[in-house]
Amino acid sequence: MPAARIGVFVCHCGLNIERTVDTRAVAEALAEHSGVAYVSDYDYMCSDPGQRQVIDAIDEHRLTGVVVAACSPAMHEPTFRRAAEEAGLNPYLVEMANIREHCSWVHRDRDEATAKAIRITKTLVEKVKRNHPLDPVRIDHVDKCLVIGGGIAGIQAALDVAESGFQVILVEKEPSIGGHMAQLSETFPTLDCSSCILTPKMVEASRHPNIELLTYSEVVDVSGYVGNYTVRIRKNPTYVDPDKCNLCGECERVCPESTASEFERGLVERKAIYIPFQQAIPSSYTLDEDTCLGLRPLRCSECAKVCEPNAIDFDMQPEILEEEVAAIIVATGFELYPILNLGEYGAGDVPDVIDGLQFERLLSASGPTGGEVRRPSDGRIAKRVVFVQCAGSRDPKNHNPYCSKICCMYTAKHALLYQHAVPDGEATVFYIDIRAGGKGYEEFIQGAIEEERIRYLRGKVARIYRDGDRVVVWGVDTLSGKRIELEADLVVLAMSMNPHPSTEGLAKALKISCGGEGFLKEAHPKLRPVESLTAGIFVAGAGQGPKDIPESVAQGSGAAAKAIGLLAKEKLIHSPEVVSIDEEICGGCGVCVGMCPYNALSLNGAGVAECNEVLCEGCGTCVSACPTGAAQLKNMSDSQIREMIEVALADV
Amino acid sequence: MSDPTGPFEPKIVAFLCRWCSYAGADLAGVSRLEYPPNVVPMRVNCSGRVDAEMVLAALEKGADGVLIGGCHPGDCHYVSGNYKTRRRVALLQRALSEIGIDPQRVRLEWISASEGHKFQRTMTEFIERIRDLGPSPVLAATTKEATGHG
Repeated sequence: MPAARIGVFVCHCGLNIERTVDTRAVAEALAEHSGVAYVSDYDYMCSDPGQRQVIDAIDEHRLTGVVVAACSPAMHEPTFRRAAEEAGLNPYLVEMANIREHCSWVHRDRDEATAKAIRITKTLVEKVKRNHPLDPVRIDHVDKCLVIGGGIAGIQAALDVAESGFQVILVEKEPSIGGHMAQLSETFPTLDCSSCILTPKMVEASRHPNIELLTYSEVVDVSGYVGNYTVRIRKNPTYVDPDKCNLCGECERVCPESTASEFERGLVERKAIYIPFQQAIPSSYTLDEDTCLGLRPLRCSECAKVCEPNAIDFDMQPEILEEEVAAIIVATGFELYPILNLGEYGAGDVPDVIDGLQFERLLSASGPTGGEVRRPSDGRIAKRVVFVQCAGSRDPKNHNPYCSKICCMYTAKHALLYQHAVPDGEATVFYIDIRAGGKGYEEFIQGAIEEERIRYLRGKVARIYRDGDRVVVWGVDTLSGKRIELEADLVVLAMSMNPHPSTEGLAKALKISCGGEGFLKEAHPKLRPVESLTAGIFVAGAGQGPKDIPESVAQGSGAAAKAIGLLAKEKLIHSPEVVSIDEEICGGCGVCVGMCPYNALSLNGAGVAECNEVLCEGCGTCVSACPTGAAQLKNMSDSQIREMIEVALADV
Repeated sequence: MSDPTGPFEPKIVAFLCRWCSYAGADLAGVSRLEYPPNVVPMRVNCSGRVDAEMVLAALEKGADGVLIGGCHPGDCHYVSGNYKTRRRVALLQRALSEIGIDPQRVRLEWISASEGHKFQRTMTEFIERIRDLGPSPVLAATTKEATGHG
C-alpha cells in the first residue's frame, strides 16, 4: 500500500465550533500527525467554497483519504463523500470527526475542548488511513409495495403509490377498509361529512387496477431486506363469497345470534353475519365465527338456507399468502385508551358515560339513533351534556403522560354539533388547556365558545357517579377556585389515543421500533418523520403518534413518496461496510453463523464461513464473537479500532 | 493538557452505537447539555461490535474507564446485538475484578437517540465515578513491568 496522504479539513461552523475549539490549533496539531499530508481550516466546510477546497486539495495533494472535522456524520457525511467522489476519491475514504455535537457544543473550556477535538480528529485519521476503497453493493428489487392498515393514512399511501404505476397490496385486519374515519360524523374545522369525503377514496382504492385489497387479513411474518421483503399474510375466512353476495340482507335478518357492534362501539348489537356499515368496502357480508352458533350446517345454517345467490360457504379456510415486496408502509392507526381504566369517571358503571367515538356514532345520521343525541341508558334526548377533555391524557401518574392532540378540537366539534342537534340543550366542556394549533383551528374553538355559547370550564374533573337517573360530575373550576357539581344526562369523555394494540407485535415482526408510549418510532423526529430506521419500511398515520386527519393524509402521502422513490430505482444500493471473512484464518467453528440476526453467514463447502453481502447489515456482532479474527467489518476492523484507541488516549 | 503534577484527570473512551447512543450524544450536543470533556467517543455500528479485547486494549493503552453505549433492550437496530453485549460485559466485569481491576471502570448503558439528557447524566456520573476510583492501575503496572524487563 502506498504511504497514506490524508487531508484534514477543520470547520469553524461559523462560531459554533470556533467559539470553544481553536480550529487553527487543531489543524496545526494534525499537520504534525503521521500520514497527514494537508490541513486547512475554514468558516463553513459544508458550503460550496468549503467543499471546493476539499475537492481541489484531493486533486492537488494527491490525497488518499479525507477527514472533515466538523459536525456529526449523521449531518454531512453524505455531503463530503459526494464531494470526494467528484474529485475521484472513493467515498469510503472520507470520515467525519464530530467536533461540534460531541465537543464544542457540550464543553466550555477552550483549551480542554481543543485538546478533545484533536484527539477525536486523530482517531478518524487513524481509521481512514486503514480504510479500503469500497463499491456499494447493488441489488435488484421487486416492484411491489405493501401497505398495512386500511385507515385514511393507509388508503392515501396506497392510492399515491398505485397512481405512480406500482403495484400495491393493502392489508386490513377488519372486514372493511375505512378505519376510524368511517365512524366519524363530521370533521373539524370545516364540518365536512366524514363518510362523504372518505367513501370515494375507499371506492377508488378498491377499484384501482394497481391495488390488491386484502381485508380481514393480517401480516403474520416478514423476512428479507429492503427491496426484497417476503411477507406472509393470513387471510381469514369470511365464509361469504364477496363476488356472489348481493347485499340483500336476508342472512342478517334470519341470523339468531348477536353481539355488540364494533363499528357502533357497542351502542347497538349486530348479528353474527353482518356488514360493518353500509358503505363498507368490500361490500359483502362477513360471518363472525366466534359469534355464530357453529359453522356446521346441522347447528343452524339459517343464513345459508335463505341465501339466494348461494354466497355462504361454511368450508372456507384461512389462507396464507406469500408476497414479495420492495417497501412496506405501516399505517396501523390508533385505538382509544380503554375507557374502563377510568373508573373514577364512572366508566363501566354509568351507562351514560361514553367515549368520543361513541358520541360520533350518536351524532352520525347513519348511526344507531339516526343522528339524534339519545343517551344509551333510556334513549331520552340528552338535554345536559358534559364533555371532559384530557380523559386519560396528560396524567403521568395514572394514565398516559402525553397529549393526544386531537381531543381539544373534536370536543369543540362535539359540543357544537350537539348544540345544533339539540338547540335547547346545555353543553359544558371541562378543559385543562386548549390546544388548537392548526389552520382554522383556533377560530373554530373561538366560534364554538362565542357564537354557540358553549360553556368552557377550566379545570379537571375529579369524579363522575350515578345518582338515580342523573349523572353527577364533580370538578374544580381552577380559574375561580370553586368546587363545581354538575348534573348531566350524558357525559362524553375525550379519551386519550393509544397505538392500535396490534402495533407492538407487528413492529417486532418488522424489526422496527416503538417509542416509550408504544407508538411507531420514526428515524428522525424532525427530518425523517415517515421512515423507520429499517431501510424500506415507512410509517404513517396515528400509529406513529396522535394526529388528526390532515396530518395522517400528509404522512400517508409522505410515506408513499418515500416508497415510490425506492421503487423507481433501477437497483438499490446497500452499504459495502459489511463483514468479510479471511478464509486463510477461519477455522470453520460456525460461532458467527449463530450470532448473525440476518442469516447472512453460513459455512460453505470448504468448511469456512461465508458472508452474503446483500443480507449483511454490518452490525459486527459476529466480528466480536469470532475467536480467530477471521471475521472483520470492512473499514472498522479490529486493528483499526486498536489504532484509534491508542491515539484517543495519547497525550496531545 | 495532561500535566503529571496536576490533579488527576480521568481518560475515558466511549464506544457508542451509531443508531442510539451516538445519536443520543448528538442530541446532547444539539441541546447544548454540558458535561466534562474527559471522554473520547468512538462510533461503532452496534454495541454488539464491542468485544472484550477492545475494552482491554483501551485499559492497556491508558484509559481509566470505558463506557459502552447501546440501544435499550428490545430496541437494537440490529435486533439483538445489545443482548450479546450485555452478556459479554457481565463476563468481562467478572474477569476484571478477578485480576484486581475495579469492574466499575467498565460501564454499559442503554441510551436512546432521544435521551440527550441521559447521555449527559451518564457521562457526568461516570467521569466522577472514575475520578473517585483514581488512575487505572493497568498502565502503571504495564509501564513498571516494561521498565523492570528493560
